[in-house]
Amino acid sequence: MISKDYTILSPQGIHARPATALLKLVRQFKSSICLQKEEKVVPLRSMLNILALAIQCGDTISVIIDGEDESEAALSIDNFFNDLLKHQ
Amino acid sequence: MIKGTGVSPGISIGIAHILKKDDDGLSGIIIQTNEARELEIEKFNQAVVSAIREVETIRLNTSFDLKPEDMDILDTQVEFLGDPQIAEDVHEKIRNHFRSAHDAVIEVIDAAVEMFRNMDDEYLSARAADLRDIGNRILRNLNTGRASFGPDFGENTILIAEDLAPSDTITLDTTRVVGFATRLGGRTSHTAIIAKAKGIPAVVACGSELLNIRIGETVILDGTTGELIINPGSEIMGVYKAKQVNILNEKALLRSLKDLPAITTDGHRLKLYANISNAAELEQVFENGGEGVGLLRTEMLFMGRDSFPSEEEQFNFYKQVAIKSKNRPVIIRTLDIGGDKPLPYFGIPQENNPFMGYRAIRICLDQPEIFFTQLRAILRASVFGNLKIMFPMISNLSEVKQAKESVNEVKLELKNAGIDFDRSIELGIMIEIPSAALIADILAREVDFFSIGTNDLCQYTLAVDRMNGKVSALYNHFNPGVLRLISYVIEQAHKQNKPVGLCGEMASDPLAALLLSGMGLDEFSMSAGSIPSIKNILIKNSLSKAREVFKTVMEMDDPQTIINYLKEDIK
Repeated sequence: MISKDYTILSPQGIHARPATALLKLVRQFKSSICLQKEEKVVPLRSMLNILALAIQCGDTISVIIDGEDESEAALSIDNFFNDLLKHQ
Repeated sequence: MIKGTGVSPGISIGIAHILKKDDDGLSGIIIQTNEARELEIEKFNQAVVSAIREVETIRLNTSFDLKPEDMDILDTQVEFLGDPQIAEDVHEKIRNHFRSAHDAVIEVIDAAVEMFRNMDDEYLSARAADLRDIGNRILRNLNTGRASFGPDFGENTILIAEDLAPSDTITLDTTRVVGFATRLGGRTSHTAIIAKAKGIPAVVACGSELLNIRIGETVILDGTTGELIINPGSEIMGVYKAKQVNILNEKALLRSLKDLPAITTDGHRLKLYANISNAAELEQVFENGGEGVGLLRTEMLFMGRDSFPSEEEQFNFYKQVAIKSKNRPVIIRTLDIGGDKPLPYFGIPQENNPFMGYRAIRICLDQPEIFFTQLRAILRASVFGNLKIMFPMISNLSEVKQAKESVNEVKLELKNAGIDFDRSIELGIMIEIPSAALIADILAREVDFFSIGTNDLCQYTLAVDRMNGKVSALYNHFNPGVLRLISYVIEQAHKQNKPVGLCGEMASDPLAALLLSGMGLDEFSMSAGSIPSIKNILIKNSLSKAREVFKTVMEMDDPQTIINYLKEDIK
């Protein structure tokens, strides 16, 4: 299992556009991938669930990845947060 | 008159068309057998599949003239339609609460809409409209199997609605619809985003008065002020028609200036550059007739991540900018962070005065590994275009010397490693601290150019934090003290034949344009959208008139007197 923390700095938090891109990315992997904010954990499969976390600028979230392709998934997700979100 | 929030500027005059949604009520039907319930679940699954297919059809239909914003919205819709959580909740309602597919969808969507509406975040509560929209789309597919693309509109339709669903705004026939007004909505609603992208005037949050408008009534909609006038008299109509013509003329005039060089009537050439944060913004710069980049901020590259960007990442970023700039000058400002905009992976202890603290060049000189990585990346990218390097927050001579020394060290490293770079890359500094302005004669000897950062220069000179409402009124770039500093910097740099640019908000202030060119400013750098209107002022006037304005202003003693004089003068 891999768990990584990210601090969200885009002013709008995680809004619909990056959430859509993240869901598309996560679907390519077999591992189970969850998103955690404070005590709430949701599987990274549902737009509704991601937006319901109301992740805002400054929030720290964890991504928890578990499964056979977890290291590739972790790398892609890492790139996603580093590359995509900074251009928001 | 009805007053709402103007979200897309411009004036439209047209005929009201009221868009009503059919209210989908609950049927209250109880599904009695297991087989029937499984059938309802199958009906729901089918409806979702055809709803997604419908959105895909819209996306592929070129006649809708879809903008990138539209595409994003449609992508999000597909994601919501196929959302496993929504499907799970609907299935559960059917299986365990014996609801029909129709009622289950309404209950699940209503609950989600309620949740979003209650969120303490303007952006997220606006997403309630997305959910309503996909809910309606599923319902339409449950009942009839197909959805229509809305009614046909007459010429010059002004659309009046409770709120516009994303799919409504996207598939609208914009050759006929000239304006939107909605009872609900906010600045980040889809109506606002799409209207702006399509260039259609729009007003949102008009309140319940909006519902008094009848179909066929004549409406004037002012997307700038947020006003709606219903059945105007001929006098008011005349006023607004004239305003409309003015706006159109102004737009056309500014667009026609795009390819004209910024030359005053007596032949003096000025440079109009843009401030940007990434390569993608260059497109807008060229669209607005910008001739280069007076400020490339590099902070974005360092934010929204959990470690410093590698040299390779930075190199790619600067290389993109260099290539896309097609050899036009690009001034790259080295890292300008501080306690007010900290990086999560780079701890700066809490400071009482972050604006006077550990920031920008002070960090770079203190932590050479950060600075050298950035300089290496910029120098390596310099072979792909016309890059220049600029150091922010300079307050004394020694900082300039150290920064130059760092560049020389990196150049030597690259040379020894056989890596190519622009050997004569220009180096400049920001003049944003009063001490730097006052020793402009000394600093000018050391660098190739200056760029005056008026936002910080003003703040430091006047000792005013512009974010502090109690004192922000004192912040004024027409304060004679600030003007004397700017004028002195330009004068001293020119004595040594060094060009001076200005990249603060003052560069885009129409009132300041003639005054600054009269001082001798060589380059104005601003947000791309402001370039045409500043160019329009500069090319209509002569340099000798600008000098006249400068002379007059420097004899005045009060910012308000100066502003009043400049206002008269611009006319």
